[in-house]
Amino acid sequence: MSLEPSLQLDRVIHEKGRLAIMSLLAAAPKLSFTELRDTLNMTDGNITTHIRTLQEAGYVSVTKSFEGSRPLTTCALTESGRKAFANYINLLEQIVQRAKP
Amino acid sequence: MNSNAAAEHLQVIRTLMERAALYRRALAPITLFTGGVGVLAGIVAFSFHVETLRAFGAFWLCVAVIAVAGAFLLARRQSLKDREPFWSPPTRRVAQALLAPLTVGLLVSAISIAGASSQDKADVALPVVWMLCYGCALHAAGFFAPRGVRLLGWFFILCACGVFCTLFSPEPLRNAAAANIVMGIFFGVVHLVYGTYFHFTEKQKDAA
Repeated sequence: MSLEPSLQLDRVIHEKGRLAIMSLLAAAPKLSFTELRDTLNMTDGNITTHIRTLQEAGYVSVTKSFEGSRPLTTCALTESGRKAFANYINLLEQIVQRAKP
Repeated sequence: MNSNAAAEHLQVIRTLMERAALYRRALAPITLFTGGVGVLAGIVAFSFHVETLRAFGAFWLCVAVIAVAGAFLLARRQSLKDREPFWSPPTRRVAQALLAPLTVGLLVSAISIAGASSQDKADVALPVVWMLCYGCALHAAGFFAPRGVRLLGWFFILCACGVFCTLFSPEPLRNAAAANIVMGIFFGVVHLVYGTYFHFTEKQKDAA
């Protein structure tokens, strides 16, 4: 017996801030920490917490490097993150489809 | 979760994905700088009677080089300030979109200048070509930048068509002075106005 789509939604992605981060990363190969923060108007602390949660779930990889002499933190979706995001969208679409007459 | 909430979520995801793919870096400073250079160049060209086709073409191509170099430096400075990679995917997409129309403009200019005699006077024909190419470049880049860039592209294309009509008008409207004024207005004043608009709208978004 299959569960209702709404019950199958990934709780890690379903949170508003993390969903926004996943959406941005799904549209770009990688984004810097500041690009994410500025696009989403989040605080440093808030975005760091969400990225850490996504990282622990294995959905986002974080790379630290240098751009000239400045440190640069970039984030990207991992393969499992991309799959989880695609699955999340499929479930949302199923919920919308089910409501259609 | 009900279907309305799911549809809203999908809409939010779509908006965010579109936003991630847009180029936004230093648009106001770049447009204001280009406008300032354009106005200044227009005044210089008009005051010093840059009238032969060769001088006109060479002068405005030099101005274009200065504007592009300045835009590059401003974008580079912004990327360093924000600790972002300069050659980001949106930057690459915008650069690729700009490349083809601007190359056409450059080639047409080079051919016109090379084929002109030292006595040939400039008129608005070359500015019309530049405005058309620039308008097409902005329109193409506008698919990877805020919507206003695409509208500015259309503005340039339509104005170029309008200016083209002056080629069939009496002498006073199609001489070198008119060509310099057209360049100063469209590549100078229009950019200044648009840059000011960008400056304030981006500030409003930051404050929101």
